Amino acid sequence: MPGGAERILRRRIGSVKNTKKITRAMELIAATRVARAQQRAKAARPYAEQLTGVIEDLAAAGADVSHPLLRQAEKVENVAFVVCAGDRGLAGGYNSGVIRSAEAEIQALRADGGNYKIIAVGRKVNDYFKYRGFDIEKDFSGFTDNPTYENAREIARSVRDLFDAGEVDQVELIYTQFISMGTQEPTVRRFLPLESTESIAESGGGNAEAVAGYSFEPSPEGVLEDLLPRYVEARLFAALLDAAASEHANRQRAMKAATENAEDLIVKLSREMNRARQESITTEIMEIVSGAESLNDDQAVTRLDLILDHLHPEHLIAEHAHQ
Amino acid sequence: MAFAVEFVSPESSLYSGEATQVVARTRGGGEIAFLTGHEPFIGSLLASEVRVTESSGTVASFAVRSGFVSVTGTSVTVLSDEASLVSDIDLEEAKADLAEAEAALKTDEDDKFAAQDKQWAELKLSLAAQSD
Repeated sequence: MPGGAERILRRRIGSVKNTKKITRAMELIAATRVARAQQRAKAARPYAEQLTGVIEDLAAAGADVSHPLLRQAEKVENVAFVVCAGDRGLAGGYNSGVIRSAEAEIQALRADGGNYKIIAVGRKVNDYFKYRGFDIEKDFSGFTDNPTYENAREIARSVRDLFDAGEVDQVELIYTQFISMGTQEPTVRRFLPLESTESIAESGGGNAEAVAGYSFEPSPEGVLEDLLPRYVEARLFAALLDAAASEHANRQRAMKAATENAEDLIVKLSREMNRARQESITTEIMEIVSGAESLNDDQAVTRLDLILDHLHPEHLIAEHAHQ
Repeated sequence: MAFAVEFVSPESSLYSGEATQVVARTRGGGEIAFLTGHEPFIGSLLASEVRVTESSGTVASFAVRSGFVSVTGTSVTVLSDEASLVSDIDLEEAKADLAEAEAALKTDEDDKFAAQDKQWAELKLSLAAQSD
C-alpha cells in the first residue's frame, strides 16, 4: 500500500516529539529543584552547626550522661534500616542504587543471624521490599522530593520509639549522599546509638568558639538530654535534604539522556520517513509512466488497425488490379 | 548597649537583629533576661514565649516550642526546631492541631508526643489571643 509506511512513521515521529517535550520539561524542572534542594540544605546548616557547637561546649564542660540514645548494645542482634529513596521513578539508577545497598546490608545481617526492621522512606522503597516479601516496620511517603523538618521529626520519632523500647540495638541510615552535581553516592551511615558527645565534638563542624566557663540551665546533663533528640532529628533532616537533592540531580541526568535519545530517534525516523516517501513517489512515477506507456501501446494498436482498415489490402489491391 | 540576636531553625533563619534585652524561659530556671555582657550561658527552653526588645524599643514576641538559648557576651542565639513570630501564628492551624492532639490523647493517654503537640498548640493559641 503506497504511503502506508510513511504515515506510520510520521505518527511515530509525532509521538517521539511529544515524549521529547515532556522529558525536556522534566529535565528543566529537576534542574531548578536541585538548586532549591541545595539551597535548603544550605539553610539548614547553621542550625546543625549551632547544635553541634552546643554539644562541643557540653563536652568541654565534661557532661556525658547515660542517655538512651547513647546506649551501646553489647551484642548487636536487631538492626533497623531507615532506607531513604524516592516516591517516583524516572530518575535513572537513583532508587535502585539505594535499594541495592539496603538489600545487601539486610542479607549480610541475616547471614549473621540478626533480625532486621525496615523503615521505608519513599514509595519506591516500600513497593520494592513489600513485593519481595520483606517485613516493613513503617513506611513514609509523599515528601521525598521536598522534605520538611516535620517529616524528619516524624521519622525520627518512630526510630527513637523502636530504639528506646529496646526493639532494635542499632539503626542504620541508608540514603544517597549529594557530593556534587555530577556525583551522588548511596551511603550507609550508623544512625543510632549516637557516638559519645566527645566524638561528636571531635568530628567538629560546630562553630563554637570554645568559650570556657558556660553555665548551663537546668544542668549540662539536662541540656544534653534535651539536645540529643534534636540532634538526631537534625541529622535525619540533613540526610533527607541530601537525598532530595540527589533525586533531582539523578532525574535531571536521566531526563537529559532521554531527551537526547529522543532527538536521535527523531533524526533516524525522519530519514526513514523521507526514504519511504521517496520510494512511494518513485513507485507512483513508475506507475504513471508504465500506465501512460501501456495507454500509448493501446492507442498505437488501434491506430494501426485503423490504418490497416483504410489501407485494406483488397481495396488497394483491387484498385491496383483495375489499373 | 545592643547585642546581636539570632533565631535559627532547621528550615531557615527566622530572625536576626540587634536587641537590648531578650527574655526567655528555661527548663528548671524560670524566666531569664539577657542583657549585654551576660555570662556565657546555655539553657534548654520550655515551650514558651521569647521576647526580644529591639534597639528601637519595639518588642518582638516569638512562640518557641522547644530549643536552646546560647549566650555569649555579645550575642544571643536561639536554636529552635519550631518557632514562629506570635503575629504569624495561624489560628486555624493551631486549633486543628489542638483537636488532633486531643483526639490522639483520647485513644492513648500515654502518648507523650501528642501531649507535647497539645501543649504547643495551646501555647500558640494563648499567645495569639494575648497579642490581639
